Amino acid sequence: MRYLPATDAQVSAMLETIGAADIEALFEPIPTSLRLDRDLDLPPPLAEEPLMRHLRELAGKNTSMSETCCFLGGGVYDHHAPELVSQVLLRSEFYTAYTPYQPEVSQGTLMALFEFQTLICQLFEMEVANASLYDGGSALAEAMLLVDRLQRKGPTRILVSNGINPQWMEVLCTYLKFRDDIVLEPVELGADGLTDLEAMRAQVEGAAAVAVSYPNYLGSVEDLRAISEIAAAAKAKLVVAVPDPVALGVLKGPGAFGADIVVGEGQPLGIAPSYGGPGVGLFATRKKFMRKMPGRLCGRTVDVDGNDGFVLTLSTREQHIRREKATSNICTNQGLMALAATIYMGLMGKQGIREVARQSHLKAAYLRKKVGELDRFSLPHDAPFFHEFAVDFDGDVQALLAKLAERGLLAGVWLGRVPGGGENRFLMCATERNSRQCIDDLVAAMAEVGGEL
Amino acid sequence: MGAHHTGPGTRGLAFRETTLFEQSVSGRCAVDLPVCDVDESEVGAAAALPDHLVRVEVAGFPECSEPQVMRHFLRLSQWNFGIDSGFYPLGSCTMKYNPKVNEAAARLDGLAMLHPHQPVDQVQGALQIAHETQEMLGEIAGMDAVSLHPSAGAQGELCGLMVIRAFHEKNGNPRKRVLIPDTAHGTNPASAVLCGYDVVEVPSGDDGVLHPETLAGYLDEDVAALMLTNPNTLGLFEGHIGELAELLHGVGAQLYMDGANLNAMMGITRPGDQGVDVMHFNLHKTFSTPHGGGGPGSGPVGVKAHLAPFLPNPYVVREGDRYVPNGFQQRPDSIGQLRAFMGNFGVVVRAYTYLRELGAPGLKRVTELAVLNANYVRARLRGHYPIPYDTTCMHEVVVTTAGVAPKRANVDVAKGLIDLGYHPPTMSFPLVVEDALMIEPTETESPETLDAFCDAMIELRRQLDEDPEPLREAPIRPVVRRLDEVTAARKPVLRWEPDGD
Repeated sequence: MRYLPATDAQVSAMLETIGAADIEALFEPIPTSLRLDRDLDLPPPLAEEPLMRHLRELAGKNTSMSETCCFLGGGVYDHHAPELVSQVLLRSEFYTAYTPYQPEVSQGTLMALFEFQTLICQLFEMEVANASLYDGGSALAEAMLLVDRLQRKGPTRILVSNGINPQWMEVLCTYLKFRDDIVLEPVELGADGLTDLEAMRAQVEGAAAVAVSYPNYLGSVEDLRAISEIAAAAKAKLVVAVPDPVALGVLKGPGAFGADIVVGEGQPLGIAPSYGGPGVGLFATRKKFMRKMPGRLCGRTVDVDGNDGFVLTLSTREQHIRREKATSNICTNQGLMALAATIYMGLMGKQGIREVARQSHLKAAYLRKKVGELDRFSLPHDAPFFHEFAVDFDGDVQALLAKLAERGLLAGVWLGRVPGGGENRFLMCATERNSRQCIDDLVAAMAEVGGEL
Repeated sequence: MGAHHTGPGTRGLAFRETTLFEQSVSGRCAVDLPVCDVDESEVGAAAALPDHLVRVEVAGFPECSEPQVMRHFLRLSQWNFGIDSGFYPLGSCTMKYNPKVNEAAARLDGLAMLHPHQPVDQVQGALQIAHETQEMLGEIAGMDAVSLHPSAGAQGELCGLMVIRAFHEKNGNPRKRVLIPDTAHGTNPASAVLCGYDVVEVPSGDDGVLHPETLAGYLDEDVAALMLTNPNTLGLFEGHIGELAELLHGVGAQLYMDGANLNAMMGITRPGDQGVDVMHFNLHKTFSTPHGGGGPGSGPVGVKAHLAPFLPNPYVVREGDRYVPNGFQQRPDSIGQLRAFMGNFGVVVRAYTYLRELGAPGLKRVTELAVLNANYVRARLRGHYPIPYDTTCMHEVVVTTAGVAPKRANVDVAKGLIDLGYHPPTMSFPLVVEDALMIEPTETESPETLDAFCDAMIELRRQLDEDPEPLREAPIRPVVRRLDEVTAARKPVLRWEPDGD
């Protein structure tokens, strides 16, 4: 076995050093009644060549997004990842390292995390960011747990907009399943696809926090200025969830409106969709809440010679020191994915991030305009949007999407079971990757297939 | 200072490197996007964003060229020590070799470029991989159902405890307490608290394992579960686990096993056959997926049949030749989702690749050699370092400097190892051993490597005895030396600022 270097002769010599008769003797601490008396029933081993052939066959049973015109969003976004990102991720000094507990031999990971924290602060316009969490959903859950820690007394009531990604909401509900002291209260969406601010105003009294998505799940861009004013008037914290951070290339960061906690999903920042994971959870807050925030933090310091260096810091918040009193049970961050996002943002820089966002917005605007001109299709909302928007079809949406998918056109995500959605509604998304031709092809196919259903 | 930085092989290519922000030159860009084929004039005013939301620029974002960015990250990589750099005996972390074929598999276009909202018919290969991985993990651990949903070990723990709580609630009483041995990893109590349970610590015996008579004293109808790591963090097999399970089941409590150390069991014994009701796997430990400098991991949860209805959604089932992710409608008792979509699928692909490459004989050999290597290190270090529990160990061995050197001398040994080309062992736990050095060699290390490492450890012990002072200066060879962690925590600098701090 190519990964197992010990030869039979070496094994014998090692057993002799140990003073064991055979390998079997090393398992003597396991009572025989608990031993497995048969071989594991697993598929037979495969050498590299047949193994890769098998994997290519499995991959071939899937339809890669690369072979389609993809207009799917809904939490995972198809932005182009420059080749350099994946090439750096293959540097095994990065990917075969552990969490950087030994800073002297982990300065590469640590400096990248320091840059990551800085870039996320800049993008979100926030004061501090952590070194990442698992994903957007768990980051949202951790945000609510932070709100709870910041509460002085009594139960924590949090207003959550129905415009937050429903899967993130489900994650949040799972995390809070056994926390009766944290109560989530939904705020309905209005007919315009935006959070109903009148409803929010009526509900906000006594709330510990208000949470909204920016843009929201229907693609509409919430008016953070107005929402911030509502939250501030009631002394409620403002929590903002960012599903696609690329949007912040053209939209002001939530921090500019006084957000207290900003969370997000970093997958769009150079990370392959990989059927939904791994991505990377983003988490930023105000400096004054720093010592109560969850997750790893990297800080700059100096070594005994006075040279600059980086360490994991403020670890007294964490499980390996504080055990049951920790701010979170999270043990790692999403290190390699945070590195990917760092490289992506480093490459994009000031001009690139703006241009990707601008092009995504323009492509979506063009697509939306064309779809709006089709018979049997209509646009339910006229709120501002970034790169996603809802579409209504006068017919069976699931059949429509399935027929288009057969032609290699992934037109959108059905919104049948989500707040603000409906049986006849679906979500379309465009990014800088969608060419005008691809959009025109899709729209033509929608007209044709739509006419047949 | 200069003298410290002249050690061989350490500084040659490890240039000083500033952050991207310091390297930024206004006007540069490291990406060329296609010329936009849609013009603002043709999309109309409907597309305009409100003025008060519009951003002019992302202030502070660096402006670099592509070659500059490449050099930057290449240099950073040179400051890192990974498994491919050298021996990484970090206890409880199972730092085994990460096969390169795993990386190739996960990057296949038909696996990496899959959108989770694609129709089920377009992702049958992905669902097959998920389903077969569920089945293989279940067989290895003797569990009836496995969910690939949790993102990492700690989320797997949370998931497993939530499943237990949901089960107890379904039976009318969530119960109050989770018992955790004093040898446990810190995530165990933190996860239990998130699940709304009080944590009670249970002492292990003088022989390092938990005894049934001790456990019996803590058991009543308010106990929801015992969280046991097996083999435990001392590297010892919990030999009484069968009786512990019986005692727990006698009061209706569940046995949770932290599967961090499953590398010691494959093909030899199965948690499910030991009486374990719930466990999590760490694909990034046992099944060779990379640790990534701190993630992404993957922490699937396996359960016995009575707990299967409570596993997270979605869960992949096979219906004839077709694979389907079942959700809430099919599984109403599920605890729900702990993350969006199907878990860290890209990590699952790597583990699947490893499982298919090794098969049953390979996995069993992995376990045999992992245990052999740990016992070999134990034999070689005996007489040089105190071994508080010097009995046949499983995949790892814990030695100490306590009693033979000043307090915290284990740190000096660790830093000395860095200068000799090794990653240090784990020191932060087990809490039951003072000044511990927890060594997990893994099966992918050769006896030559183990001998060289043990020689290095023995040499460091000699230095501790003869003149411990120089070792306090270690390490002297990496790009930085011991860092001021106290100031880092007192005056945190967590981001780059244009005018410094």
